[in-house]
Amino acid sequence: MRLECRVTGGDFQAAGEAAAKLKRTLRQVGIDAETGRRAAIVAYEAEMNIVIHALRGVLSVEISPECIEILANDEGPGIPDIPLAMQEGYSTAPEHIREMGFGAGLGLPNMKRYSDEFRIESVVGRGTSVRMVIKIASKGSQT
Amino acid sequence: MRVRDLLDVLECRVEAGAAGLDNEVKGGYASDLLSDVMAHAGEGDVWVTVQAHQNVVAVATLVSLACVVVAGGVECEPEAARRAEEEGIPLLRSRLPAFEVVGRLYVAGIRARPGAD
Repeated sequence: MRLECRVTGGDFQAAGEAAAKLKRTLRQVGIDAETGRRAAIVAYEAEMNIVIHALRGVLSVEISPECIEILANDEGPGIPDIPLAMQEGYSTAPEHIREMGFGAGLGLPNMKRYSDEFRIESVVGRGTSVRMVIKIASKGSQT
Repeated sequence: MRVRDLLDVLECRVEAGAAGLDNEVKGGYASDLLSDVMAHAGEGDVWVTVQAHQNVVAVATLVSLACVVVAGGVECEPEAARRAEEEGIPLLRSRLPAFEVVGRLYVAGIRARPGAD
Protein backbone atom coordinates (compact mmCIF):
# COMPACT_ATOMS: atom_id res chain seq x y z
CA MET A 1 0.00 0.00 0.00
CA ARG A 2 1.29 3.43 -0.91
CA LEU A 3 0.59 6.96 0.28
CA GLU A 4 1.89 10.16 -1.18
CA CYS A 5 1.49 13.69 0.16
CA ARG A 6 2.80 16.95 -1.19
CA VAL A 7 4.21 19.30 1.40
CA THR A 8 4.56 23.03 0.80
CA GLY A 9 7.38 25.02 2.36
CA GLY A 10 6.17 27.71 4.74
CA ASP A 11 2.63 26.36 4.96
CA PHE A 12 2.19 26.05 8.72
CA GLN A 13 -1.56 25.85 8.26
CA ALA A 14 -1.49 22.46 6.55
CA ALA A 15 1.59 21.29 8.46
CA GLY A 16 1.08 17.92 10.07
CA GLU A 17 -1.61 16.75 7.66
CA ALA A 18 0.60 14.24 5.90
CA ALA A 19 1.64 12.66 9.20
CA ALA A 20 -1.97 12.66 10.43
CA LYS A 21 -3.09 10.93 7.26
CA LEU A 22 -0.39 8.30 7.70
CA LYS A 23 -1.41 7.71 11.30
CA ARG A 24 -5.08 7.23 10.33
CA THR A 25 -4.16 4.85 7.54
CA LEU A 26 -1.94 2.75 9.80
CA ARG A 27 -4.71 2.48 12.35
CA GLN A 28 -7.17 1.43 9.66
CA VAL A 29 -4.94 -1.36 8.43
CA GLY A 30 -4.46 -2.61 11.98
CA ILE A 31 -0.84 -1.63 12.69
CA ASP A 32 -0.14 -1.74 16.45
CA ALA A 33 -0.30 1.56 18.33
CA GLU A 34 3.42 1.78 19.20
CA THR A 35 4.56 1.21 15.62
CA GLY A 36 1.95 3.71 14.45
CA ARG A 37 3.22 6.23 16.97
CA ARG A 38 6.83 5.86 15.82
CA ALA A 39 5.80 6.22 12.19
CA ALA A 40 3.74 9.31 13.02
CA ILE A 41 6.65 10.89 14.89
CA VAL A 42 9.22 10.42 12.13
CA ALA A 43 6.75 11.41 9.41
CA TYR A 44 5.81 14.56 11.32
CA GLU A 45 9.43 15.57 11.85
CA ALA A 46 10.21 14.98 8.18
CA GLU A 47 7.13 16.92 7.13
CA MET A 48 7.98 19.83 9.45
CA ASN A 49 11.54 19.98 8.16
CA ILE A 50 10.16 20.48 4.66
CA VAL A 51 7.69 23.13 5.89
CA ILE A 52 10.38 24.96 7.85
CA HIS A 53 13.37 24.70 5.54
CA ALA A 54 12.42 23.72 2.00
CA LEU A 55 10.43 25.14 -0.91
CA ARG A 56 8.39 22.02 -1.44
CA GLY A 57 8.60 18.31 -1.04
CA VAL A 58 6.87 14.98 -1.15
CA LEU A 59 6.36 12.52 1.64
CA SER A 60 5.81 9.03 0.30
CA VAL A 61 5.08 5.99 2.37
CA GLU A 62 5.08 2.35 1.42
CA ILE A 63 3.37 0.00 3.85
CA SER A 64 4.13 -3.70 3.60
CA PRO A 65 3.41 -6.50 6.08
CA GLU A 66 7.01 -6.28 7.35
CA CYS A 67 7.74 -2.58 7.46
CA ILE A 68 6.79 1.00 6.84
CA GLU A 69 9.13 2.87 4.53
CA ILE A 70 8.94 6.65 4.60
CA LEU A 71 10.67 8.80 2.01
CA ALA A 72 10.87 12.56 2.32
CA ASN A 73 12.29 14.31 -0.72
CA ASP A 74 12.48 18.05 -0.94
CA GLU A 75 13.61 20.85 -3.15
CA GLY A 76 15.37 23.31 -0.95
CA PRO A 77 18.66 24.68 0.31
CA GLY A 78 20.08 21.29 1.27
CA ILE A 79 22.27 20.58 4.29
CA PRO A 80 25.98 21.46 4.01
CA ASP A 81 27.12 19.54 7.10
CA ILE A 82 24.95 16.52 7.85
CA PRO A 83 26.80 15.30 11.00
CA LEU A 84 26.37 18.78 12.47
CA ALA A 85 22.67 18.86 11.52
CA MET A 86 22.22 15.48 13.20
CA GLN A 87 23.43 16.85 16.54
CA GLU A 88 20.71 17.33 19.09
CA GLY A 89 20.17 21.03 19.69
CA TYR A 90 21.66 22.22 16.40
CA SER A 91 19.19 24.13 14.26
CA THR A 92 19.21 26.72 11.50
CA ALA A 93 15.53 27.62 11.92
CA PRO A 94 14.86 31.36 12.07
CA GLU A 95 13.78 33.06 15.26
CA HIS A 96 10.08 33.44 14.38
CA ILE A 97 9.84 29.70 13.82
CA ARG A 98 11.61 28.92 17.09
CA GLU A 99 9.09 31.05 18.88
CA MET A 100 6.42 28.62 17.74
CA GLY A 101 8.27 25.81 19.49
CA PHE A 102 9.93 24.43 16.36
CA GLY A 103 13.60 24.49 15.49
CA ALA A 104 14.84 23.02 18.75
CA GLY A 105 17.32 20.88 16.85
CA LEU A 106 15.44 17.70 17.68
CA GLY A 107 13.83 16.86 14.35
CA LEU A 108 16.58 14.84 12.66
CA PRO A 109 17.67 13.16 15.93
CA ASN A 110 14.04 12.13 16.55
CA MET A 111 13.78 10.69 13.04
CA LYS A 112 16.91 8.62 13.57
CA ARG A 113 15.93 7.53 17.05
CA TYR A 114 12.45 6.31 16.18
CA SER A 115 13.26 4.54 12.93
CA ASP A 116 15.00 1.21 12.49
CA GLU A 117 16.84 2.37 9.39
CA PHE A 118 17.70 5.96 8.65
CA ARG A 119 19.54 7.47 5.71
CA ILE A 120 19.92 11.09 4.74
CA GLU A 121 21.42 12.58 1.60
CA SER A 122 21.61 16.18 0.63
CA VAL A 123 22.88 18.36 -2.16
CA VAL A 124 23.44 21.99 -1.26
CA GLY A 125 21.31 24.27 -3.37
CA ARG A 126 19.15 21.41 -4.56
CA GLY A 127 17.49 19.51 -1.75
CA THR A 128 17.46 16.76 0.80
CA SER A 129 16.25 13.16 0.81
CA VAL A 130 15.53 11.15 3.90
CA ARG A 131 14.66 7.47 3.93
CA MET A 132 13.36 5.82 7.07
CA VAL A 133 12.19 2.30 7.72
CA ILE A 134 10.16 1.17 10.68
CA LYS A 135 9.83 -2.55 11.16
CA ILE A 136 6.44 -3.88 12.07
CA ALA A 137 6.56 -6.10 15.13
CA SER A 138 5.33 -9.54 14.14
CA LYS A 139 2.34 -10.78 16.06
CA GLY A 140 3.38 -12.52 19.27
CA SER A 141 6.64 -10.62 19.62
CA GLN A 142 4.99 -7.32 20.52
CA THR A 143 5.89 -5.93 23.88
CA MET B 1 -9.12 10.74 36.13
CA ARG B 2 -10.92 12.32 33.19
CA VAL B 3 -10.14 15.58 31.43
CA ARG B 4 -13.34 17.11 32.82
CA ASP B 5 -12.03 16.52 36.35
CA LEU B 6 -9.16 18.90 35.60
CA LEU B 7 -11.35 21.89 34.86
CA ASP B 8 -11.88 22.92 38.47
CA VAL B 9 -8.40 21.90 39.59
CA LEU B 10 -6.79 24.15 36.98
CA GLU B 11 -9.44 26.87 37.01
CA CYS B 12 -9.54 26.57 33.28
CA ARG B 13 -12.11 26.95 30.58
CA VAL B 14 -12.70 24.76 27.58
CA GLU B 15 -11.74 26.70 24.46
CA ALA B 16 -12.61 23.85 22.09
CA GLY B 17 -12.75 20.11 21.71
CA ALA B 18 -15.35 19.41 24.40
CA ALA B 19 -16.06 16.08 22.68
CA GLY B 20 -12.92 14.74 24.36
CA LEU B 21 -13.71 15.79 27.93
CA ASP B 22 -14.19 12.18 28.96
CA ASN B 23 -10.70 11.20 27.74
CA GLU B 24 -8.79 9.41 30.45
CA VAL B 25 -5.72 11.28 31.74
CA LYS B 26 -2.93 8.75 32.15
CA GLY B 27 0.02 11.03 32.75
CA GLY B 28 1.41 14.46 32.10
CA TYR B 29 4.06 16.30 30.15
CA ALA B 30 5.17 19.93 30.12
CA SER B 31 7.15 21.55 27.31
CA ASP B 32 6.99 24.31 24.74
CA LEU B 33 9.13 22.51 22.18
CA LEU B 34 7.00 20.54 19.77
CA SER B 35 9.62 17.95 18.85
CA ASP B 36 10.29 17.33 22.52
CA VAL B 37 6.61 16.61 23.08
CA MET B 38 6.53 14.36 20.02
CA ALA B 39 9.44 12.38 21.40
CA HIS B 40 8.52 12.13 25.07
CA ALA B 41 4.82 12.63 25.70
CA GLY B 42 2.73 9.50 25.80
CA GLU B 43 -0.75 8.53 24.73
CA GLY B 44 -3.29 9.88 27.21
CA ASP B 45 -1.04 12.59 28.66
CA VAL B 46 -2.18 16.06 29.60
CA TRP B 47 0.21 18.52 27.92
CA VAL B 48 0.96 21.82 29.62
CA THR B 49 2.36 24.56 27.37
CA VAL B 50 2.27 28.26 26.57
CA GLN B 51 2.15 27.56 22.84
CA ALA B 52 -1.34 28.10 21.48
CA HIS B 53 -1.19 27.77 17.70
CA GLN B 54 -2.68 25.12 15.43
CA ASN B 55 0.46 22.99 15.26
CA VAL B 56 0.03 22.26 18.96
CA VAL B 57 -3.22 20.50 18.13
CA ALA B 58 -1.55 18.61 15.27
CA VAL B 59 1.09 17.29 17.69
CA ALA B 60 -1.52 16.45 20.35
CA THR B 61 -3.50 14.48 17.77
CA LEU B 62 -0.47 12.60 16.45
CA VAL B 63 0.61 11.36 19.86
CA SER B 64 -3.00 10.83 21.05
CA LEU B 65 -2.81 13.11 24.06
CA ALA B 66 -5.75 13.40 26.45
CA CYS B 67 -5.84 17.22 26.26
CA VAL B 68 -3.78 20.39 25.98
CA VAL B 69 -3.64 22.97 28.75
CA VAL B 70 -2.54 26.40 27.57
CA ALA B 71 -1.20 28.07 30.69
CA GLY B 72 -0.40 31.60 31.71
CA GLY B 73 -3.55 33.07 30.24
CA VAL B 74 -2.13 32.89 26.71
CA GLU B 75 -4.83 33.45 24.09
CA CYS B 76 -5.51 30.45 21.88
CA GLU B 77 -5.31 31.20 18.19
CA PRO B 78 -8.67 30.75 16.43
CA GLU B 79 -7.18 28.22 14.03
CA ALA B 80 -5.96 26.15 16.99
CA ALA B 81 -9.46 26.15 18.47
CA ARG B 82 -11.00 25.23 15.13
CA ARG B 83 -8.61 22.32 14.73
CA ALA B 84 -9.12 21.13 18.31
CA GLU B 85 -12.88 21.15 17.77
CA GLU B 86 -12.48 19.15 14.58
CA GLU B 87 -10.20 16.58 16.20
CA GLY B 88 -12.12 16.41 19.48
CA ILE B 89 -8.98 17.22 21.48
CA PRO B 90 -9.85 19.37 24.51
CA LEU B 91 -8.00 22.68 24.38
CA LEU B 92 -8.12 24.12 27.89
CA ARG B 93 -6.97 27.58 28.83
CA SER B 94 -5.88 28.52 32.33
CA ARG B 95 -4.88 31.88 33.75
CA LEU B 96 -2.56 30.11 36.16
CA PRO B 97 1.14 30.12 35.26
CA ALA B 98 2.50 26.86 33.85
CA PHE B 99 4.40 26.13 37.08
CA GLU B 100 1.20 26.32 39.10
CA VAL B 101 -0.72 24.22 36.56
CA VAL B 102 1.87 21.44 36.73
CA GLY B 103 1.98 21.65 40.53
CA ARG B 104 -1.76 21.24 40.80
CA LEU B 105 -1.74 18.32 38.39
CA TYR B 106 0.94 16.65 40.49
CA VAL B 107 -1.05 17.17 43.67
CA ALA B 108 -4.06 15.69 41.88
CA GLY B 109 -2.04 12.53 41.31
CA ILE B 110 -0.89 13.05 37.71
CA ARG B 111 2.71 11.96 37.07
CA ALA B 112 5.13 11.97 34.19
CA ARG B 113 5.19 8.46 32.93
CA PRO B 114 8.41 6.61 33.57
CA GLY B 115 10.14 5.55 30.40
CA ALA B 116 8.00 7.89 28.32
CA ASP B 117 10.69 7.70 25.73
